[in-house]
Amino acid sequence: MTDCKAVRIVVVTNPQGLHARPADLFVKLAGQYQSKIEVVKDNERVDGKSILNILTLAAVEGTHLQLEATGSDAEAALDALVSLVEQNFPENGSIT
Amino acid sequence: MIDRYRVRAAGPLGRPQWSTSRRTRAAPVPRTRRAESRMEKLQGIGVSPGVAVGEALVADNEGFRIPQRFVARDAVDHELERLDQAIRATGDEIARNRDVVRRELGEEYGGIFSAHLQMLQDPGLRRELDDMIRERHYSPEYAASRALRRYAKVFQNLENGYLAQRAGDIFDIEKRLLKNLLGQNREELAQLLSPVIVLAHNLTPSETANLSREFVRGFATEVGGPGSHTAIVAEGMEIPAVVGVGPFLSDVSGGDLVIVDGDHGLVILQPDEETVARYRYDVEQHRRRATRLESLRDLPAETADGVRIELAGNIEFPQEVAQCVSRGSDGIGLYRTEFLYLGAATEPTEETHYEAYSQVVRDMAGKPVVIRTLDLGADKALREEEDPSLRNPCLGLRSIRLSLKNLPLFRTQLRAILRASVLGDVRVMFPLVATLLEFRQAKMVLGDVIEDLEEEGIPCNPRVPVGMMVEVPAAVLMMDRFVDEVDFLSIGTNDLIQYTLAVDRSNKDVASLYNAADPAVLKLIRMALETANRAGTPVNMCGQMSGNPIYTMILLGLGLRRFSVTPSAIPEIKKTCRSVTVQQCQAVAARAMELENGRDIKSYLRDELKKVLPEMVN
Repeated sequence: MTDCKAVRIVVVTNPQGLHARPADLFVKLAGQYQSKIEVVKDNERVDGKSILNILTLAAVEGTHLQLEATGSDAEAALDALVSLVEQNFPENGSIT
Repeated sequence: MIDRYRVRAAGPLGRPQWSTSRRTRAAPVPRTRRAESRMEKLQGIGVSPGVAVGEALVADNEGFRIPQRFVARDAVDHELERLDQAIRATGDEIARNRDVVRRELGEEYGGIFSAHLQMLQDPGLRRELDDMIRERHYSPEYAASRALRRYAKVFQNLENGYLAQRAGDIFDIEKRLLKNLLGQNREELAQLLSPVIVLAHNLTPSETANLSREFVRGFATEVGGPGSHTAIVAEGMEIPAVVGVGPFLSDVSGGDLVIVDGDHGLVILQPDEETVARYRYDVEQHRRRATRLESLRDLPAETADGVRIELAGNIEFPQEVAQCVSRGSDGIGLYRTEFLYLGAATEPTEETHYEAYSQVVRDMAGKPVVIRTLDLGADKALREEEDPSLRNPCLGLRSIRLSLKNLPLFRTQLRAILRASVLGDVRVMFPLVATLLEFRQAKMVLGDVIEDLEEEGIPCNPRVPVGMMVEVPAAVLMMDRFVDEVDFLSIGTNDLIQYTLAVDRSNKDVASLYNAADPAVLKLIRMALETANRAGTPVNMCGQMSGNPIYTMILLGLGLRRFSVTPSAIPEIKKTCRSVTVQQCQAVAARAMELENGRDIKSYLRDELKKVLPEMVN
């Protein structure tokens, strides 16, 4: 059985880029999904559930990130994550 | 099966690359990558000679020590369990902080701790730690430190300034986690049980002085300059030391093998086998040489043609007298009293001064002791010296100027010195004297204090010899007048060179311009020596120049007959003196004075020393 794979592209619009707080929210959200999540920037590919690795991407405002999810809830995961990024990481997790 | 490979961060913008596979057996890593050398050679400023090879102790504010790097194979499960518990305990702590902060300061601030918690529980990190413990048998402490510091370094190298600051968060997490892992086993710097090399951001003079001589084989700091008191203390303790290396602590973990090369100012991290072998050989050579030099202890310090040289020691603490005595010194040519002021919360009392001075005088058993009055600036007088690279060869209110402005401070010190003057051959010396007026004023205060003591019936030597440091160019130029006012002179080359060449040698950008062999400096030294010798005023040299065998011949040739050096240098200078004749030295001096630049002169002097004592020149 093959897992679903989903791929989406987002742009970081947050003026301070993907710093600690948004990275924290991103990872928390990603962790809620079963799928493997990866974030790709240029040639770098990191585990989307690892805050340390996300931070090392140093994704500043305007960065294009490719989100990839592999698993049974891949689509749902990316929907949520893309919303989070596009809505500029609102605090109270009003995203599902 | 998915390949898993890692490329270690390389170069300033390197980032670790991870392919996020499930944990599977890794395909063989290409040979070139694995052979990547991780040895790092860092250039700092060597402030105390010698070489040390050993396990690092990375000292932070709390002086943690990672007790061991590796664990036994059958202990692995237990260690993993311990790691687990420590991570949970640390997580609880952070969560508690988060809640408190969130409540009191709001979500934004709480968010910081949230991120910390996330970092601590990062699955990638956890995989790495498990791996290091399981596969490589690292102890949890060592694994945690290595892994976290690697991330910290990556963050520090990012162009994004904000993210670079996050390295601080990582260190915070490391500290917490280590605290929980080590529990009661935190070894303080003062309670070492095995040899280490201490690595720190900075070491204050008193921290340096308190390092266990038995267990600390050497140290290196990120900041600091050669003239700093920390450097002086290191030299006094005779342990190899390098300062001003720049940031490097995030590249090293407690327990790593490191090399400190005080001769060349190098710190070597992750040394390869060849380098380690080479340095261990050096250590052994050093040891052999030291033993050979010890045999000079009872031989007189005199030239090959029988001219007697006075060879005294420079000290900071009463404890160093023992080293002077064991090397057969002729006395204490310079007792730096600053350390009574540094690190004290309040001004030292007369009793504190007196205890230190009397101990030194008694221990020297009749041999002369020259006590120099306070040689610090107003801001340093009562606090620990902070980053010495910010300190200028102070043109401000310090030393004798400070003493003259703060008479109670001055009198307290003078009273103690005078009281100690009945216990042996004590002499008083004033630093940074630039004008006749200053010297006369200081002498007047001394006179007042003598009167006071006599009135109070407290014994002192009313004819205590009074001298001054020759370190300001103005003093050299007025030397023909000063010789009528002083009982003795002491040339302080450290500051003399700085003032003459206008160079702050603790400033890395210009430190290379500081050169004792500069012809301008040599001219001043010659002038001072000739004037003093003509007037029959005893003159010695107490700066670092006098303890460097390369300069011994030219100094003898220019007329110096009294050297005061750091105790560890006494045997070398004695040996050099004993290997040359005055005539020979005069020829060397004459030739050197004909050359027009410092580099050529230094080269020439080096060559001359090599001819006489090849083993002295490295």
